[in-house]
Amino acid sequence: MTGKLLTTSLGAVAALALFATTGQAQPTPVAAAKVDQCVACHSDLEGRLGDPVKALQQKDDVHGQHGFSCANCHGGDPSQESGKAAMDPAKGFVAVPKRQDIPRLCGKCHSDPAFMKQFDPAERTDQESEYSTSVHGKRLKQGDQKVAVCTSCHGFHGVKAVKNSTAPVYALHVAETCGSCHANVGYMQPYGIPTDQLAKWQSSVHGEAMLKKQDLSAPTCNDCHGNHGATPPSVASVANVCGTCHVRQAELFQKSPHAKPFQALGNGACVQCHSNHEIHHPSDEMLGVGKQSVCVECHFEGTSSFKAAAAMSGQISDLAAQIRRAGEILQEASNDGMEVSRPQFDLREAGNKLINARVVVHSFAPGQVEAAVKPGLEVAGKAHQAGLVALSDFQFRRKGLAVSLLFIAIAVAAIFLKLRQIERRQSSA
Amino acid sequence: MQPTREGTMPRRSFVDYLLGTSLGMVVAAIFYPILRFLVPPRIAESSELNVVAAKTAELKPNSGKVFPFGTEPAIVIQTPGGEIRAFSAVCTHLACTVQYRDDLQQIWCACHDGHYDLYGKNIGGPPPQPLTKLTANIRGDEIIVSKG
Amino acid sequence: MKTLAWLEERLGLEPVLKLVEKKTVPIHRHSIWYYLGGMTLFLFVTQAVTGILLLLYYRPSSDGAYESVQFIMGQVSFGWLVRSIHSWSANLMIGTLFIHMFSVFLTKAYRPPRELTWISGAVLLFLALAFGFSGYLLPWNKVSFFATRVGTQIAGVVPGIGTFLLRFLRGGDDVTGATLTRFYGFHVAILPAITALFLGVHVWLVQKQGMSLPPGEDESQVKTMKFVPNFLLRDAMGWLLALGLLAALSALFPWELGQKADPFASAPAGIKPEWYFLFLFQTLKYIPARVAFIDGDVLGVLVMGAGAALWVFVPFLDRQAARGEKSPVFTAIGWVLIVYIVGMTLVGYFT
Repeated sequence: MTGKLLTTSLGAVAALALFATTGQAQPTPVAAAKVDQCVACHSDLEGRLGDPVKALQQKDDVHGQHGFSCANCHGGDPSQESGKAAMDPAKGFVAVPKRQDIPRLCGKCHSDPAFMKQFDPAERTDQESEYSTSVHGKRLKQGDQKVAVCTSCHGFHGVKAVKNSTAPVYALHVAETCGSCHANVGYMQPYGIPTDQLAKWQSSVHGEAMLKKQDLSAPTCNDCHGNHGATPPSVASVANVCGTCHVRQAELFQKSPHAKPFQALGNGACVQCHSNHEIHHPSDEMLGVGKQSVCVECHFEGTSSFKAAAAMSGQISDLAAQIRRAGEILQEASNDGMEVSRPQFDLREAGNKLINARVVVHSFAPGQVEAAVKPGLEVAGKAHQAGLVALSDFQFRRKGLAVSLLFIAIAVAAIFLKLRQIERRQSSA
Repeated sequence: MQPTREGTMPRRSFVDYLLGTSLGMVVAAIFYPILRFLVPPRIAESSELNVVAAKTAELKPNSGKVFPFGTEPAIVIQTPGGEIRAFSAVCTHLACTVQYRDDLQQIWCACHDGHYDLYGKNIGGPPPQPLTKLTANIRGDEIIVSKG
Repeated sequence: MKTLAWLEERLGLEPVLKLVEKKTVPIHRHSIWYYLGGMTLFLFVTQAVTGILLLLYYRPSSDGAYESVQFIMGQVSFGWLVRSIHSWSANLMIGTLFIHMFSVFLTKAYRPPRELTWISGAVLLFLALAFGFSGYLLPWNKVSFFATRVGTQIAGVVPGIGTFLLRFLRGGDDVTGATLTRFYGFHVAILPAITALFLGVHVWLVQKQGMSLPPGEDESQVKTMKFVPNFLLRDAMGWLLALGLLAALSALFPWELGQKADPFASAPAGIKPEWYFLFLFQTLKYIPARVAFIDGDVLGVLVMGAGAALWVFVPFLDRQAARGEKSPVFTAIGWVLIVYIVGMTLVGYFT
């Protein structure tokens, strides 16, 4: 209790002192030869006062690894044995930095290219300036104590490198980390923005890819929103974001009849049909004029665009159906024991053509879709034909079997009769 | 031989006739498939994993060709410098078939914009591994691709 | 017949023809089992014929074998038939071989003077199993690759010569293309040559010594039938029916090709050998990992080896049968073995 009171009052003093002491803390690792008194004393303490030392001494704490210690962030004099002398605000000591000051505190080192080069020449040093452009950074300046700062995502005493698979900012964990605030309904209540993004993303095809298949290349929050300059992409630019991986779809869309109208209406291109967080695997039913189609949300019956949607949908469904039909017949032949591995392999090419055709849909030009579908139909047709040949061969085998069995049955009967004849003769002789 | 009754077909010779004919049919039914088997089919050889990928004339510098290699697609390329190389064409991300991009002088996967250099190494986009290398040899006017 | 007379003049076939004319087969309640030796022989001939035909298209290398079998199944006229008959007939042959062997055992046909027939028969059993084991690898598919790996690994467990045996079988330390080529050599050259020798001896002995009568049957009183044509025609009916069965199995249940072997893939779960090795495999599974100071597998292999040796020398162990007396102990052993083998096979199949 006394300890807590002491630290808090020190902290209050320190907070006032911080203005005067900004820039005085030395951005250098504590010299190895000297004993770090902060660590020496605090490692004997329990709870809140001892945990930071334990965290810093973890093998994977990136600051501890490079020889950084308490004084590098908290200031003070680590060579002093006496707590009062060590935790001297005159020497720049700050017990618990204020939230508003944290970006600047971290930035003291992390925004200094010359300094950071010593540790990793490729390390970026613009995080603090990016952060100030972000929604979090702007609100922090205005005094909002609830927004994320460096320590909210990266931790403070046990800071793990981003590429450490247990770090809260490792690709697989980013969504959870963002969600720890953004999915918390109570916490986000004053902001009036949705809190379902995490759940939506987790159910999406990208979430599945990352969480179920552990595909680290799948997009998570920071891939579309940025890391430090975290801003929702504006409606106009969201297509650019999707287009960084889905290159062909984005290119086709930009050349399609949808590009200008969507821009003019301020509709978010990809998001209009595919959603932004809850992106599910697109189905062929999304295209066309059926119940689940997205086209009919804007295009009305009788219009030429309505007809175009129906045409494209028909072409895609046709190819999908032909592939399915060929696959079924080949499977039937295979189950009958016929050797159809080659036609089955060739049918895969038709599958590739179908994937391609579905991409070409984003041109919204039935002529282009038809051209994409045509080679697929040819391949599927050939495979189907091979399946029919295999089935008729099987029938031929069965007929051949029946004929052979007939011959054998007659031969056996003939032998039987002959035996009977011989044995009759033998017994009467 | 016992004397036969006047005017009737001797039963024993009918049985002999039946026996002879039916055994003959069985023998024929055995020899017909064997003789057909002995005649080689139109494509005379089983394709080992030694596939003719392309003709040398067909594959120009800075171009590639996808071809079937066993049960998987493979790609043979000629680099701008004139070297012939072959790789598995199965993208290591989600198994789409890759293609050659002469504008980028790279191997590219259309599905999620995956990029591989001309040594098959994954250099951009989602693919986590390089493309499996295959051996390409030139025999006469043909490019033969084999495993390993 | 003129041709026969012409041949007879030059080849001195008279003793053979006399034998053919004179040979009789006893008829009693266990005569039915007499057909099984000939049936096994018929199936072996089928194997040889279909095997030679397959030789014309098969390629014994790790990057050609699977494709060549695929070619036979898909491209060669009636290739599917030749290959499926070969695979089905192999299994049927080993089945009839076991039935033949146990019927001989239970009717004590191994007693003097037929000891050598029994011993050559035991050797033929091991040769047939070796044929099955070596042939199984030849399509070079996933199942056969792993079955061979497991089987040769067990061979490596034999004390003393184990390592040598494993390397001899595998053509190296691992199952590779070298193993395939070696097994091919065993399967199409070495084993056929040795089998021809022992089969010749076995069949010749049977002809020379005639059919054995089960103890209790009186030779002077038993009814007989002539070998030619009575028994032989009956044999022929059986063979034709077996041929029909093989044709039906091949047309309706063609033998699978599976997927090409991949030496770098991990073994699929629940890998099992072919059914005729299953009882041995299952037995090894039940032996605990260590028994006293011996490794469980080593103990299993030693016991099986000892069992095989005892089996070969049964004619010299069964004194009572040798004297012409009833031999209930050996009858009991026979039945116990049959139940054990059938039981273990079923257990291995369904678990």
